[in-house]
Amino acid sequence: MEGNVWKFGDDIDTDIIIPGRYLVVIDPKELAKHVMEGLDPEFHEKVNEGDFIVGGKNFGCGSSREHAPLALKGAGISAVIAESFARIFYRNSINVGIPLLEAPGISNHLDTGDKIEIDMDKGIIRKLKTGEEYEFQKLPEFMLEILNKGGLIPYVKEQMK
Amino acid sequence: MSMTMAEKILAKAAGKKESSAGEIVMANIDVAMTHDLTGPLSVESFKKIGVPRVWDPEKVVVVFDHQVPADSLDAANNHLLMRQFVKEQGINNFYDVREGVCHQVLPEKGHVVPGEVIVGTDSHTCTHGALGAFSTGIGSTDMAMVFSTGELWFKVPETIRFEVEGTLKNHVYAKDVVLNIIGQIGADGATYKACEFAGETVKDMNVSDRMVLCNMAIEMGGKTGLVEPDDKTKQYIKGRSNKTYEIMKSDMDAESLQTMHIDVNQLEPQIACPHHVDNVKPVSDVSGIEIDQIFLGSCTNGRISDLRTAAQILKGKTIASEVRMLVIPASREIYTKALDEGLIKIFVDSGALVTNPCCGPCLGGHVGLIGPGEVSLSTSNRNFRGRQGSPEAEVYLSSAAVAASSAITGKITDPREI
Repeated sequence: MEGNVWKFGDDIDTDIIIPGRYLVVIDPKELAKHVMEGLDPEFHEKVNEGDFIVGGKNFGCGSSREHAPLALKGAGISAVIAESFARIFYRNSINVGIPLLEAPGISNHLDTGDKIEIDMDKGIIRKLKTGEEYEFQKLPEFMLEILNKGGLIPYVKEQMK
Repeated sequence: MSMTMAEKILAKAAGKKESSAGEIVMANIDVAMTHDLTGPLSVESFKKIGVPRVWDPEKVVVVFDHQVPADSLDAANNHLLMRQFVKEQGINNFYDVREGVCHQVLPEKGHVVPGEVIVGTDSHTCTHGALGAFSTGIGSTDMAMVFSTGELWFKVPETIRFEVEGTLKNHVYAKDVVLNIIGQIGADGATYKACEFAGETVKDMNVSDRMVLCNMAIEMGGKTGLVEPDDKTKQYIKGRSNKTYEIMKSDMDAESLQTMHIDVNQLEPQIACPHHVDNVKPVSDVSGIEIDQIFLGSCTNGRISDLRTAAQILKGKTIASEVRMLVIPASREIYTKALDEGLIKIFVDSGALVTNPCCGPCLGGHVGLIGPGEVSLSTSNRNFRGRQGSPEAEVYLSSAAVAASSAITGKITDPREI
């Protein structure tokens, strides 16, 4: 995976990712029009397919709304990298097929605009301009399988065959 | 083996004798709750899995509370979709627009008993730990799995046991205790952990107050809130539920149990300031801040005791002319009680707006949104940026007493000064 970094701070909550008034919508592309609106109303216009979000600690805290990872997915975000994640958001993201990469200290190294490459198998984030590498906690095998299938539902459907 | 309450409940649900923190268990679900806002996504995911029937319609509870009555065509469509689902699946535990907020309706209607595993597509599902259930919020895809199989995997959490000791001063409440704890340990201080509330102060609290503590476990990252069941728990359940239940308690020598002592003798009313729930200050630090809107209600503080406290303060008084106050009882049962006790008349006479039981402005999706530059004082549980409307607005969180006192002055006010 290769793309640009969009960096945010600590405690990015689910109301920032997608405000409550848009939860009547469930289409990821529609939700994407309001993603991160609370901090940057033009974010959905700037972000490109394949880009990454980098956050600080406790990314995704708050609500159980699956609309949050769906909005990120709809916006084309290919993975979220953060110091740590909130629990429900973590499960929801894997379930809808967005990799979450836990990399302590990462927000000191990456900035908005950096181009990075991610090696999921090796657990490495590489800054393309400088070649610097940072490790993230590799995901357990079964989570990688869920992600490879595109989320929990396609994964389960295949298992049930 | 010595175990925590959380370990015991999850072991039982997984059909095992023992479970320990860190272990992954597949647990049988006793109650699966969804509501009008996250329900449609759960139903859509369930349909994608393709299992025709939910595993046990008697264990599914559907509550309409976030957008009631429907405030838009989108909401009306979601309601139609959910009503259709309930009908198709033969779900009897369906509470349409009239009953109130899910986390109040579930215990009131007898769906919550000790020792069970409850999941809900709402992060404040942790509230039900107040009655000794392991209860946690999940997403819609996880709910679709539960609908299909009746099971869900959990990583067994470690437990932080908050031993709360001391006597609360006049006009200091459970809300102040839990805000103080969150302020101390931070918004991620209990991530992935069960938050058990114990100690003399908690033993002295009624079930409503215990619900306030457990409700906010998620605001420190907790997986569930928990209170050890006692006679008050049994008394609450009596007449509401005919389910049999088992009471489980933490062994004090359980390996994954960490204890934190909280002394509340000197505690003063607490305020969570914008834009994070752990940005907690004593009321004296923020008193005088001008407010545009006050919200008394929600699954945190919309109960009869909150309405009584607020009515006592507002009786014979008039709300400041520059302030709007919304009072939203958390359920029909509470609403009726408040009518019988004359509380609603006090609110209306003082100039407050009283609406039907629902989530109200708490999530900023239905009634009472706030505009750019406006300040809200709310008895709910979250003050995230944009939570109640504009991202340029601010939300402060407090007890019902601070909310009512501030309504009179139009500024954040210590109830002990009224």
